[in-house]
Amino acid sequence: MSGVLLEGTAEGERLRLAGAGAWVAENAHSLEAQVKAATRGGDAIKRVVIDMARVDRLDTFGAWLLERLTRSFSARGCDTAVTGLKEDYRALVDEVHGVAPEQASAHRRGNSLAAAVGAIGVSIASVGSSLAAIVNMLGALMVAFARVVTHPRRFRFTSMVHQLDNVGWRAVPIILLITFLIGAIIAQQGIFHFRKFGADIYVVDMVGILVLREIGVLIVAIMVAGRSGSAYTAELGAMKMREEVDALCTMGFDPTEVLILPRIVALIIGVPILTFLGSLAALYGGGLVCWLYGGISPDIFLSRLKEAIDLSTFEVGMIKAPFMAIVIGVVACVEGMAVKGSSESLGLQTTASVVESIFLVIVLDGFFAIFFASIGM
Amino acid sequence: MAQDKSKGNGSREVVIEVRGVTVGFGDHTVLDKIDLDVYRGEILGFVGGSGAGKSVLMRTIVGLLPKRAGTIKVFGVDLAAASDDERHAVERRWGVLFQQGALFSSLTVRENLQFPIREYLKLSQQLLDELAIAKLEMVGLDASALDKFPSELSGGMTKRVALARALALDPDIVFLDEPTSGLDPIGAGEFDTLIATLQRTLGLTVFMVTHDLDSLHTVCDRIAVLADGKVIAAGTMDTMLASTHPWLRAYFHGKRSRAGHLEAANV
Repeated sequence: MSGVLLEGTAEGERLRLAGAGAWVAENAHSLEAQVKAATRGGDAIKRVVIDMARVDRLDTFGAWLLERLTRSFSARGCDTAVTGLKEDYRALVDEVHGVAPEQASAHRRGNSLAAAVGAIGVSIASVGSSLAAIVNMLGALMVAFARVVTHPRRFRFTSMVHQLDNVGWRAVPIILLITFLIGAIIAQQGIFHFRKFGADIYVVDMVGILVLREIGVLIVAIMVAGRSGSAYTAELGAMKMREEVDALCTMGFDPTEVLILPRIVALIIGVPILTFLGSLAALYGGGLVCWLYGGISPDIFLSRLKEAIDLSTFEVGMIKAPFMAIVIGVVACVEGMAVKGSSESLGLQTTASVVESIFLVIVLDGFFAIFFASIGM
Repeated sequence: MAQDKSKGNGSREVVIEVRGVTVGFGDHTVLDKIDLDVYRGEILGFVGGSGAGKSVLMRTIVGLLPKRAGTIKVFGVDLAAASDDERHAVERRWGVLFQQGALFSSLTVRENLQFPIREYLKLSQQLLDELAIAKLEMVGLDASALDKFPSELSGGMTKRVALARALALDPDIVFLDEPTSGLDPIGAGEFDTLIATLQRTLGLTVFMVTHDLDSLHTVCDRIAVLADGKVIAAGTMDTMLASTHPWLRAYFHGKRSRAGHLEAANV
């Protein structure tokens, strides 16, 4: 479609180049190739005349390629002249003429092996710095908490209730559903395998202990990390991006006190309640499956459950809940405050927030298991 | 090319033709049967009170907002009735500068400028890089800004980079939404000069939503005024100053206007 845009005829030391057609964006691809071809070879050439009279349209793309053509000849010491340029395009060509060539060093890339090793180093260092950020945030929270305790009126009660509504009350249906299903699945699997040994009834022990000690709080913590932790990170990150956090600081407010403390207090209240409800739903699901699938009547289930568990089983689960809440909240807020200007960084930090908090929740659960075992609970 | 036909006699080519366009949100009508022509090669200043719907009309023309009635033709193509290919062909020929710049925050300045070019044309990376610098220098910045992210730019630089991106594909029309808002008077003046220069060198048609009386005086060929959902006047600055419409008098003869200053000085 574009055809011949640039044609050259050499006469000894002189090279005549004649442009033609539309030197515009659509033709830039073929024009670039023709410009390259025209500058190749011909070491004997001393004078170059570029005739633009037959170029009927010219835009920035064309003007730049013309400029590139003249520059490459000038760089070889040739005498270069452009003739026949339409008056309308003179200003554009002059404009482009002033453009400074880029320094080649701007685009330097190292070799890929070094980059890979470098990436490993950077991510290991980032683990350390994110731990430091978490400790830093814990400290800031302590200070904010101490301030609020000494001046209780400074606590953002309304904000805390609003967050509690979001992370607690609105999470109840999904938490109940999921823990119910998990309880039912554990019971079903237990019955199926225990039946081989004629030990059906011990399913009740397994469901009771597993749900109250571990599964209830873990499932709730993971759900809350995915549901509310990500929301915290995204909210705080968006506020950071739009300088709302800076606005708070300039008004003399401490963002930790105004934004973060109410959110974390809401989690500390919300997660134990959700854990309690979730554990009940899981026991209910387990009991239902035992009855319908395993033929263990509710009366027998309940009396067996009473023997299998005691208050300490329940306590173990519940003690863990507020610590899980702190981990989720602190990680979410640290990641939220780490958001930089771009939307990409918001996405990265939100992902990091969820992954980190689920990881830390499980690690914390492991430490608790060791701790409770050694104090005999 | 562009300029030849524009300045001068009555047979000027209309590039944007707005006829009977009505736009509303809920039961609130913002634009009520608007008519407006934009001629090839002119800089049209579009003014009106805050919230009068200036940006709404601009967003309706570029297809970001639905209209309830009327037709909009750009280069003679009715965008509502056009096929996808026709629409793309038209979209390829306009550039939009949004009020906040709307640069892609996760891309560098270089990538922002190259993004539209890369999508539409297959060019070598070398040419893309050179063009990015050329565009950047045309808007008065230099290559040192190339590898910065939008969050690292000042307000004025953001506007300039956004203008460079709007011009990336050498469009025929550029829409500017309050290009000088948030700039200091010197920066705003430079930006006006820049727009006028680019308009001359590239033969652009400029549709500029603005509040800046200085811009209207210095760069606009024609002014259209939006009030109460209607275009109440369109014409040159002299027409505006001569008008007896109360809103126009308040706007162009107010304390902040040049005419206002002159009148105050004469008293």
